[in-house]
Amino acid sequence: MSEKIQMERHNYDVVVIGAGGAGLRAAVEARTAGLRVAIICKSLFGKAHTVMAEGGVAASMGNVNENDGWKVHFRDTMRGGKFLNHYRMAELHAKEAPDRVWELELWGALFDRTAEGKISQRNFGGHEYPRLAHVGDRTGLELIRTMQQKIVAMQQQDKKDHGDAESFIKVFAEVTVTEVLKENGKVSGVYGYKRENGVEVLFEAQAVILATGGVGKTFKITSNSWEGTGDGHALALKAGGNLVDMEFLQFHPTGMVWPPSVRGILVTESVRGEGGVLTNNKGERFMFKYIPDVFKDKYADNEAEADRWYVDQDNNRRPPELLPRDEVARAINTEVKAGRGSEHGGVFLDVSKRLTEEVIKKRLPSMWHQFYELAGVDITKEAMEVGPTCHYVMGGVEVDPDTAAAVGVPGLFAAGEVAGGMHGSNRLGGNSLSDLLVFGRRAGAGAADYVKQSQPTKVSESAIKNAQEKIAAPFKRTGGENPYSLHQELQEITHNLVGIIRTKTELADAINKIANIRKRIENVSVAGNRLFNPGFHLSFDLDNMLLVAESTAKSAIVREESRGGHTRDDFPTMDAKWRTLNNITSFNGKEVVVKQQGLPSMPSELFDLFDIHELEKYMSKEETAKGGR
Amino acid sequence: MAKNIKLRIWRGDANTGKLEDVSVEANEGEVVLDVIHRVQATQMGDLAVRWNCKAGKCGSCSMEINGKPRLACMTQVANYADDETITITPLRAFPVIKDLVTDVSFNYKKAMEVESFTPPADLKPGAARMQQIDVERSQEFRKCIECFLCQDTCHVIRDHEENKKSFAGPRFFIRIAELDMHPLDMLKNRKQKAQEEHGLGMCNITKCCTEVCPEHIRITDNAIIPMKERVVDIKYDPVRWLGSKIRKREGIV
Repeated sequence: MSEKIQMERHNYDVVVIGAGGAGLRAAVEARTAGLRVAIICKSLFGKAHTVMAEGGVAASMGNVNENDGWKVHFRDTMRGGKFLNHYRMAELHAKEAPDRVWELELWGALFDRTAEGKISQRNFGGHEYPRLAHVGDRTGLELIRTMQQKIVAMQQQDKKDHGDAESFIKVFAEVTVTEVLKENGKVSGVYGYKRENGVEVLFEAQAVILATGGVGKTFKITSNSWEGTGDGHALALKAGGNLVDMEFLQFHPTGMVWPPSVRGILVTESVRGEGGVLTNNKGERFMFKYIPDVFKDKYADNEAEADRWYVDQDNNRRPPELLPRDEVARAINTEVKAGRGSEHGGVFLDVSKRLTEEVIKKRLPSMWHQFYELAGVDITKEAMEVGPTCHYVMGGVEVDPDTAAAVGVPGLFAAGEVAGGMHGSNRLGGNSLSDLLVFGRRAGAGAADYVKQSQPTKVSESAIKNAQEKIAAPFKRTGGENPYSLHQELQEITHNLVGIIRTKTELADAINKIANIRKRIENVSVAGNRLFNPGFHLSFDLDNMLLVAESTAKSAIVREESRGGHTRDDFPTMDAKWRTLNNITSFNGKEVVVKQQGLPSMPSELFDLFDIHELEKYMSKEETAKGGR
Repeated sequence: MAKNIKLRIWRGDANTGKLEDVSVEANEGEVVLDVIHRVQATQMGDLAVRWNCKAGKCGSCSMEINGKPRLACMTQVANYADDETITITPLRAFPVIKDLVTDVSFNYKKAMEVESFTPPADLKPGAARMQQIDVERSQEFRKCIECFLCQDTCHVIRDHEENKKSFAGPRFFIRIAELDMHPLDMLKNRKQKAQEEHGLGMCNITKCCTEVCPEHIRITDNAIIPMKERVVDIKYDPVRWLGSKIRKREGIV
C-alpha cells in the first residue's frame, strides 16, 4: 500500500457510533436538541443487532395487570441483578420506560394489543407482572424500524426547512471506527475508514456517543451477530475510560444446539413465557430442583401450581422455568453435565403440549420458522433442543447515570449494552430494549448539554497521523498470522476457560493465553487490498475482542464469589462483601488493570421499597441495620 | 459426515470480475453462508460478503444462489445435490462493490421519498387505542427485514436501469400500504401517490417478489393488488372523478 492515503473530513457536533436502538434513540434526541449529528453504522442502516431482540420491551405500563408500576419494576430489576445494579440507573430505567414505549407509538410502531386496544404486555423471567410490550417475537425489529423511519422523517423535515435532508443528521453506513480522538484530555472526534472502499474518514466532533452493543463474538457459542466484538468497550478503554464489572456475562439459557451451524442462535424466552417447559432426557421437569433460597417464596415448587399460574397469576406462584436467566442457564448446564441432556448436549423445551399449532404460529412465528427451516423441527408438534449461549454483557463503560457521560473522559458518552451498571450481575429479559431507549435518550440529551457548554477542540495533525499508521499496519506485514485463526483460538480460550462455570486455575490459564495472543496479533497480516476486505476488518475487531476478553478474565479471577452471570466453582455462593464492590477495569496502554471501587448505596426512599427480610439475603447485618442513605 | 462440495463464486469489483471455482468442506446442517465463511477463513481471506445475524432476521446476506435471490443464511447446503456445483453471485439489480457485496443505496433513496407516518397532531403518548385485527394488516408489512430480494427479483428494474428513477419497487409498495392501512396514519392520498409518484402502475403483478420474500409477506396479494384496485376505483368512478376536478382536492377516500 504505497499509494497516498485518501481521507474525508467531516465536522459534526456529535458523532454516534452504533446504529442499534441506543444509537438511533440518542441521535433522535441530539437532533431534537438542535445538534448536527453523524450516525456511524458498522453495517447497513437498519441491520443492527437490536433486530434480533425477540421477546419485548419491559415497561410498567400496567396494561395487563394494573398492580404494576415503576417501583415493582425497579424491585424486579434489582433482584434480577442480585443487588449489584447501580440503583440510580435502575430507578431512572423503571420510571422512564413507559414514556419511551408510548413515544414509539407516536413514531409509527405497531405493538400487539390487549382486548381494550392498549399495548399488550407479556410475561417474562423475573418480572412480577406481564410487562413486555411486544410484536410477536420480532420486537427488536419493530424498534429499529420505527427509529430508522423516525430519522428519515426528521431528515425529510430538514429538507423542507433547510433544503438538505442531511443538513442535521447524516448516516454513514459500513464505517469501522478505529479510534476516539482526544486533545488536551477532551474528546475531539473519531477516526476510521469506510469498509466499501477503505477511504479513511475523520470526524471532528465535541461529543461522541458509544452505542456499539455487546461482546458476544469473543465467545464460541453466541447469539450475537458478527458486529458484537466489543468495539465500544475497547474504544472507551483506549480513550482513558473505565469498564465496570466485566466478569458478568449473560449466558441465555436457550440457544439452539443442533445442527452445529446454528448452535447459539437465540430461542426467545417468550417460549417459556408462553408456557414452554424444560425437561431432561428422563422426561423430568427439572427446574423445580433449582429454585434458589432467595426466590423460594416467588416460584412454584410443584407442577400443579406452576401450571395453574398460566391462568391465575394472583393466587399461584410462577413456574421455575421463568426464573432469571442466570439460574436457568446454570440449571441446564448442570443437567447436561450430569448426563441427563439431550442427544446433542442440550435439554428439551416444549411448547407444543400447552398451545395449539395456530397459537404457536401466531405468537412465536419466527421461532417456528427458525426451527423448521434450520433444524427441520416443527415446534408445534415436538420439543426443541436448547442449551446456554453467550448473549449479553452486563459489564460496560462506567457512566454517570443521569447523563450517560463516561467517567473520566469529557465529551464521551455511552448507552445501551456497551454501558455498564444498569443490570448489575444479571439482566432481566426485556430490560435491554427499555435500557437502550431510556439511556439512548439520556445520552443524546447529555451530549447536547455538554456541547452547548463546552468549546470545540481541533484535531491535531499528529493525532491524525497516528491513527493513519495504525490502519495501514496490517497491510505492511506479510506472511504473518491469519486473523481468522487467531479469532478461533480466542473463542476456544474464552469458551473453555472463561465460560459459565469458572475456576481460579482456568482463569489464570486464560489470562496467560490471552496475553500470548495479544503478542501474536502484532504480526497479523491481511491479504488483498482495502476494498471491502473482511480479513482487514477482522484484524481491528480482534484487537477489541482481546481487550474485552482480558478485562473479563481479570475481573473474573478477582471476584471470589458466585453471583448472576459470574459463577465460580471454587467460590459457589454469594458473598455480601462483594455485593458492595464493583470491579473497575482500565487500560495502561499495555494491559488492562482491575481495581475495586465501592458500589453507591441506595437512598432510603429506594431502600425502603424492599422487605428488610429480602435485603438480608443479600446484604450484611451492618448494611441492613444502617438502612438507606 | 463432512463432505467436499463445489462452489463457483463470483469475484471482482465494479470494473471487472469472473466466476472462480473452489472446493470446500461442508458439514451436516450447514447453510450456504457457513461454507462461504469457510472459504473466507481458509482460502480467500478478502472475499467480500455481507452478513450479520445468521438467523434470517437482519436481511444482510442477500445474494443469488444458482440464479435465485436468497438469504445465504437460510439456504441449506443439503438442498443441492452432492455433485452439483453451487453458483453464488451478487444481487443483479444493484451495482457491485466487490465480490458478493452490492451497492444497495437505491433502496435508501427510495425510502427517503415515501412520506413518513403522520399521526393525529393531538395524539397523546399512551392514549392510542387500536384493535389487534386492525394492526395486523400493517404488521404483516412491518415484518420486512429489508433484504431487498424483492427489489432484486422485480423485472421492472432487474434488467431495466432506466426504470429505477420512477419505480420504488415492492419493498416500498408494502411500506406505503403499511402506512395506508395504519390505524393512526392521517395522510389520505397514499395510494394515489403510489400510482403517480412511486410507479405502482408499472407493476404487472407477476408475484416474483412474493415468491422470494423470506418473511413470506404476501406483497402482491395483500399490498400491491388492494392498492391498485382502489386507485382504479377512484380513477374510473365518474362521480369521484368529477368531484375531484370540481373541488380540486388532493385527498381521496
